[in-house]
Amino acid sequence: MANIISLGGLQVASREDLGKALAGGGCASSSCGSAEGPADMAPETWAKVKDHPCYSEEAHHYFARMHVAVAPACNIQCNYCNRKYDCANESRPGVVSERLTPEQAARKVIAVAAEVPQLSVLGIAGPGDAAYDWRKTKATFDLVSRRLPDIKLCLSSNGLALPDHVDEIVAMNVDHVTLTINTLDPEVGARIYPWVFHRGRRHTGVEGATILLARQMQSLDMLVARGVLVKVNSVMIPGINDAGLIELNRVVKAKGAFLHNIMPLISDPAHGTQFGLTGQRGPSAAELRAVQEACSGGANLMKHCRQCRADAVGLLGEDRGQEFTLDKLPEVVSDDPEKRAAYRDWVAREREDRRAATAAAQVAAEVVEAPPLLVAVCTKGGGRINQHFGHATEFQVYEVDRTGVRFVTHRRADNYCVGGHGDDDTLAEVIRTLDGVPVVLCARIGEAPRAKMAAAGIEVIDAYAQDYLEPAISALFRLRNAPSDTGALSA
Amino acid sequence: MAYKIKVSQCTVCGACEFECPNGAIKFKNDTYVIDPVKCTECAGQADAPQCAEVCPVPKTCVPA
Repeated sequence: MANIISLGGLQVASREDLGKALAGGGCASSSCGSAEGPADMAPETWAKVKDHPCYSEEAHHYFARMHVAVAPACNIQCNYCNRKYDCANESRPGVVSERLTPEQAARKVIAVAAEVPQLSVLGIAGPGDAAYDWRKTKATFDLVSRRLPDIKLCLSSNGLALPDHVDEIVAMNVDHVTLTINTLDPEVGARIYPWVFHRGRRHTGVEGATILLARQMQSLDMLVARGVLVKVNSVMIPGINDAGLIELNRVVKAKGAFLHNIMPLISDPAHGTQFGLTGQRGPSAAELRAVQEACSGGANLMKHCRQCRADAVGLLGEDRGQEFTLDKLPEVVSDDPEKRAAYRDWVAREREDRRAATAAAQVAAEVVEAPPLLVAVCTKGGGRINQHFGHATEFQVYEVDRTGVRFVTHRRADNYCVGGHGDDDTLAEVIRTLDGVPVVLCARIGEAPRAKMAAAGIEVIDAYAQDYLEPAISALFRLRNAPSDTGALSA
Repeated sequence: MAYKIKVSQCTVCGACEFECPNGAIKFKNDTYVIDPVKCTECAGQADAPQCAEVCPVPKTCVPA
């Protein structure tokens, strides 16, 4: 696999060369102004999110999550979901390759924790609803927290059954809960949820959507009142709920949601979902971005979501789930907590370095007056440009201007199904994926693909190999826009 | 008077086992099975059979 992250691989970079002489103060990373840096949130909140890849854009460069598929039962039907279908090469929510009992799941978590020191979070995201299938969720959390007390627990739910278990959730130290809320309007909800099952009855149409909405708002209020960090997920469905998302963002922020994640509908007839079969389309990247930008000022928006499977393992954007299927687990699993502790120490030092380097780069960038530039980077973690162009299946896109470097989004070139294409097809897909992004930074690239990319109007640069993302992007921006009398080199 | 589960359509999510007020549904040989002796079709217990109400696949929990 191309995107396995080794500790050694992360450490080859020149952290000794960077930033030692640089003054520390002031967060100026891409995370500033949003929920992702320590400077703009309460210390206790930062302590909760700093190692959670789904709650902190910064953390997702360093830390891995795993989902275990122990909760197959669900109490509602969504038109974008079909849990029957499974493809190991497909990545989308609700999909799993094997279902686990709580005992099997705990064994898997311990095995992964011993192999993957980046692991910081265990989440239960179905494939049904973690709060509805609560007995299995709770049994799994009990087993894992006994063996691995340093792993954070989180779950996701549609909110319908969650009020019944909120005190147990809090008692188990589940710090993070994701609620999927797609609309505040029951009329709209009726077009998304054909039925909800509540208190022994199936409710359809507006009646069902009204019950669901009330319980979702109750869940949000109860969790916030108990100090649990809540992320709200919304699936953007053009023509159905898109017009209400800005108001939804405002309301969930007012109620105390920590983060709002607006994700695109994934729709394909082959998935067998109602929306897939009726030809309901997902939003374009531009439509999604327009809504996300319109929401600035509301709840903090999450833009690095990868819409992963309910059994994903690894850093966001990679999935090592197939390495840890049940038949590959050893009979006796043992944990290695020192390895994780050593990794976390290393991340703490590395983060300080990256922050200092970024702050310095930011100050320097401020003097440059130029239009904003989009830059895609190839990274396999650690916040560095450390991936070979040919190994990249996703690109992280940043925008840089004189006010700084900001993470915009990620773009995948493998589009939910890997393999089956020749190299030329792959490159063509990459070029399509990077539409509108004129520059790519990577660790290395061969001459032939570089020439083909250049012919397509995309410059690929490997001069910043192993550098931190933000300082490298900032340096490139300064170089591009330097006054001619300083004799700037063309990158 | 009993319901049955059409094995070919069942997604094995287990929601029916969870909801059955009679404990009539058990996981056997990789699928869920309704014990016809224990099944009452929820008569007197709910407006409609709970397995059929919660089942995500249409026409999968049906009268035997």
